[in-house]
Amino acid sequence: MRLRSLIAITAALAAGALTLTACGSRGGGDTGSSGSGSGGTTVVIGVDAPLTGDLSAMGLGIKNSADLAARNANKKNYVKGVTFKIEALDDQAQPSAGQQNASKFVADKNVLGVVGPLNSSVAESMQKVFDDAKLVEVSPANTGPSLTQGPDWQTKKVRPYKSYFRTATTDAIQGPFAAQYVYNDAKKRKVFVIDDKKTYGAGLASTFSAEFKKLGGQIVGTEHINPDTKDFSAVATKVKKSGADVVYYGGEYPQAGPLSKQIKAAGAKIPLVGGDGINDATYAKLAGPEAEGDLATSVGAPVETLPSAKQFVADYKAAGYKDDYSAYGGYSYDSAWAIIEAVKKVVDDNGGTLPSDARAKVTEAMQNVSFDGVTGKVSFDEYGDATNKQLTVYAVKNGVFEPVKSGTFTG
Amino acid sequence: MNELPQQLVNGLLLGAMYGLVAIGYTMVYGIVQLINFAHGEIFMTGAFGALTVYAYILPDGTSMWIALPLMLIGAIVVAVLVAMGAERFAYRPLRTAPRLAPLITAIGLSLALQQAVWAWYPDAKSARTFPQIPGGPFHLGSVTIQTGDIFLICAAPVSMAVLAYFVMRTRTGRGMQATAQDPDTAGLMGINTDRIIVVAFALGAAFAAVGGVAYGLKYGQIEFRMGFILGLKAFTAAVLGGIGNIYGAMIGGVVLGIAETLATAYIADIPGMDKFGSQSWADVWAFVLLILVLLFRPQGLLGERVADRA
Repeated sequence: MRLRSLIAITAALAAGALTLTACGSRGGGDTGSSGSGSGGTTVVIGVDAPLTGDLSAMGLGIKNSADLAARNANKKNYVKGVTFKIEALDDQAQPSAGQQNASKFVADKNVLGVVGPLNSSVAESMQKVFDDAKLVEVSPANTGPSLTQGPDWQTKKVRPYKSYFRTATTDAIQGPFAAQYVYNDAKKRKVFVIDDKKTYGAGLASTFSAEFKKLGGQIVGTEHINPDTKDFSAVATKVKKSGADVVYYGGEYPQAGPLSKQIKAAGAKIPLVGGDGINDATYAKLAGPEAEGDLATSVGAPVETLPSAKQFVADYKAAGYKDDYSAYGGYSYDSAWAIIEAVKKVVDDNGGTLPSDARAKVTEAMQNVSFDGVTGKVSFDEYGDATNKQLTVYAVKNGVFEPVKSGTFTG
Repeated sequence: MNELPQQLVNGLLLGAMYGLVAIGYTMVYGIVQLINFAHGEIFMTGAFGALTVYAYILPDGTSMWIALPLMLIGAIVVAVLVAMGAERFAYRPLRTAPRLAPLITAIGLSLALQQAVWAWYPDAKSARTFPQIPGGPFHLGSVTIQTGDIFLICAAPVSMAVLAYFVMRTRTGRGMQATAQDPDTAGLMGINTDRIIVVAFALGAAFAAVGGVAYGLKYGQIEFRMGFILGLKAFTAAVLGGIGNIYGAMIGGVVLGIAETLATAYIADIPGMDKFGSQSWADVWAFVLLILVLLFRPQGLLGERVADRA
């Protein structure tokens, strides 16, 4: 009897483990190196991003860009008597890890602001922890609308947490923007919509679908993939059969790359369109040469073309970071700089020193921060969203995403 | 267009890969009654072994037709060494320990191997691209077969045939069968059971390595976590087919692969089931199938009724 029940137990264990694909913790804290300024108080800016795993290309870009902002502030002695230091924690794109990191930041009294996270689902788990501690959080990359406008954002906007801000635009804008481009410029009429069921992917797919239908397009199929597998052959065959002339994917590049590859391999030579989550150099590497012409929208204007960003790109190169600044580099720099600006305001108002309730004051000051950043004018509306609503469509050309069209989304 | 033939082929290919890995679970279980949860990671190290040969040993631009056999050898060598090392240093000292001890050890070893590749293999912190066989897809009627899948189509049956011959016809193979039936008596008859156990681990690892290369060719990328889910699926396939039975492992893999694919393709078309039909539900249906099979045939599809050893 022992034998068989052992098999039964392990089978049950296996089934359970399948749903918990997060395995073990890897890599603890990772302290960024910031140039040390002259004496005085040290203010720590926390960074939470996936520094390992699938999404690490974007995560490391966030960490390095925030680090660059701190270095520049120290070099210029931007806030007198305050030295900024970056402390980066790895969330592995897991909400549970993100929440642990949030508690760690809250426990460190020197942390006056946090840049991150990358994933909307991770942000959901962190918001309350930060808000209870009145610690300000500025995300360079979260696009889920409910993070700032509440779960019923489509009908009634209510800001859930006063301490959460973001420099990225929301899916409520990004999805429809993509739909307009696909319908009006690319002249596609039949779309197959796929998402990964995560906060970001599902949200993006639904806002895209709504706008595409409104424009008169047809949704010929929907599918939700399991982000833990790399075998999308069954889905690819369905896409081919549906007769769609374009695929919209709400999700991130580790799945989007193989998905695009397998859809084209199945014989459906149609472009895959995605959001900023697939806008990374790794995407084309994973999707192979047939990904030419695949599209991705991204928040803001292309960093390389903005005059304000030239300095950032040059500084980033000069600082000698090993990893690319990736899709969110400019936004991460601006997020960190927004925190620096808020700290400056608080210190100036308090006669040159940090007040005892610095965290609450910084959160308050953040609401009115306004400066010319890497990505343009940085300021926040009453929900904590960026007032800059610019977006850009990119297409894969010779294996890299090249900007095709920039614009602001209007209604 | 009728998509059924294509979906069956998709499922067959996925299932053949599960089967290649499942053989390792089933052989080790058959002989030492150990569920080697580190086997998925042996599959992963095999794939990285193949990548090492291609990326760091062969000169750049080597034709895949020359590189592939060498990569296969590299994969097998790495996987077999890792498996033999695991057997020697992790499992053999626990041979007489209660059965749960080696099981937990296997889970620990699985994590250790993942982390080792993550930490020490160059650029393995995110997915690495795997070389592809050039050439377009092949069409057979309405069915499209990718170049990378050709390897799997050839490798799976050939491996099975080799294994069947080995187990049935060779001296060592018969020794394995004897050890599986009764290790003590087999030892008394002059069979070196320690050696047989090592051979079982090594053979399982070699098949997993073939599976690892097939995975790389099929999906174009490998990563340190690839063995975790695939290992669980392969273990499921082994149980489904009847753990301890090598043919059962392959049959179980194919059944599981086809079940997952068909669930993705067709469940949504059943009226009222559209919520439960997407690919994210495929695993659920695969496990429903497993539970049904185990309810009616607790020994698995091809398994023999195991004598209860209390």
